[in-house]
Amino acid sequence: MRIPCPLCGERDAAEFSTIGSAPPPRPAADAPTEAWHEYLHLRENPAGMHAELWQHIHGCRQWLRVMRDTRTHAVASAEACRP
Amino acid sequence: MRYSALALLRHALTGNRSWTPAWRDPAPKPAYDTIIVGGGGHGLATAHYLAKLHGITDVAVLEKGYLGSGNVGRNTTIIRSNYLLPGNTPFYEHSMKLWEGLEQDINYNAMVSQRGVLNLCHSDSQRDAYARRGNAMRLAGVDAELLDAAQVRAMVPGLNMDSVRFPVKGGLLQRRGGTVRHDAVAWGYARAADSRGVDLLQNTEVTGIRVQSGRVVGVETTRGFIGAKRVGLAVAGNTSRVAAMAGLRLPIESHVLQAFVSEAVKPMIDTVVTYGAGHLYVSQSDKGGLVFGGDIDGYNSYAQRGNLPVVHDVMECAVQLFPAMSRLRYLRQWGGIMDMSMDGSPIIDRTPIEGLFLNCGWCYGGFKATPASGWCFAHTIATGQPHALNAAFRLDRFATGAVIDEKGAGAQANLH
Repeated sequence: MRIPCPLCGERDAAEFSTIGSAPPPRPAADAPTEAWHEYLHLRENPAGMHAELWQHIHGCRQWLRVMRDTRTHAVASAEACRP
Repeated sequence: MRYSALALLRHALTGNRSWTPAWRDPAPKPAYDTIIVGGGGHGLATAHYLAKLHGITDVAVLEKGYLGSGNVGRNTTIIRSNYLLPGNTPFYEHSMKLWEGLEQDINYNAMVSQRGVLNLCHSDSQRDAYARRGNAMRLAGVDAELLDAAQVRAMVPGLNMDSVRFPVKGGLLQRRGGTVRHDAVAWGYARAADSRGVDLLQNTEVTGIRVQSGRVVGVETTRGFIGAKRVGLAVAGNTSRVAAMAGLRLPIESHVLQAFVSEAVKPMIDTVVTYGAGHLYVSQSDKGGLVFGGDIDGYNSYAQRGNLPVVHDVMECAVQLFPAMSRLRYLRQWGGIMDMSMDGSPIIDRTPIEGLFLNCGWCYGGFKATPASGWCFAHTIATGQPHALNAAFRLDRFATGAVIDEKGAGAQANLH
């Protein structure tokens, strides 16, 4: 698996680490418990295109938002979280 | 048909021409009392215990491929019950006891081999943690022994005991742990369930779950609609997809876990060894191949294959622990899709939909749990209530905070 880092070019997945799904917006501090439960625990877990966060830890150390197909591991796009 | 030494001899003398299929290939009936979705180890075990212990034989097991084509044939075959937390220990110990009587129960040689599971420790603090775990196990009636370095050296020749970075300081041994021939588990349960009248429907993929006014009434399949009063899901890595057909959103992510087999060598490791300084578990099959694995790849996947970084990592651990393995070629490697839950523990429970039951979240510990998972799921489906053994494996524990987090890693699936 290779990830096209916008700064470093296409690099081997071994250079990256992932924290998993790109999370939805964080609930407000006083949001009800259900909102926090949903944010923390529940997942779409799609078989198909999946938005996720990867960090180029052995490269530019940028956090990237990666679109990847979970059925084939094909990476469709990768863009920096903070341009 | 029952298997015996006499039958083997009779068939051998008659040219093995009169063996009959081990189970039927029935056409789906329009409706069943209970449908189990997923013809893997857990689904087949559930069907067996529903029929045997609860007298519910109007059951169909729906499998999208062939029986045992998923994780029950993709694991490293290890069984153990060395758990720390009260919600887990009695359940896994029940599983171990069922393994011990499995072959008599289903009249099938599953090659249950209690060769021991040895968890190595490499530091004083890790030894303390294992002493605590061992004590917790013994308090719960599970066998555990803490070995010192000399005992480990005597038990497992070939270990890299005196590595400068990660010397082996000792280990926690569960002698009743070991390995089981994984495919035989699926075949044995399938045959046992079939002989009690359960219909095993292969190549029957569930494409929808029909719910009417909050109650499940059946499933849509590639072979048409099949009605049912109760539906149990035991679909491992596909749990999120199948549960979504009933509108459920679950605390589950699907991840790929790889396993590896080396070329066959003479007897080298006669137990199961796990590495405490990396993540590696290794045993030797009866054919002589070393069977081993490590961490999940760490990203969501439905692909049933992994990538090289984890292959690299597992090989490094293997060679660090058993330097002789550097001379082996590895024969094959494969991936299975794990249903990773948010606390690393499983879910066996009812769902908000009446008549729909859920069995998932096995992370990468599903194989050892197969008998108890089926036993508890059958109880939950038959009585509508969880058994005491799976009472902690609730679906709502994430919302209530009563999680069972053996590793203390929090709600991040790829860390469990």
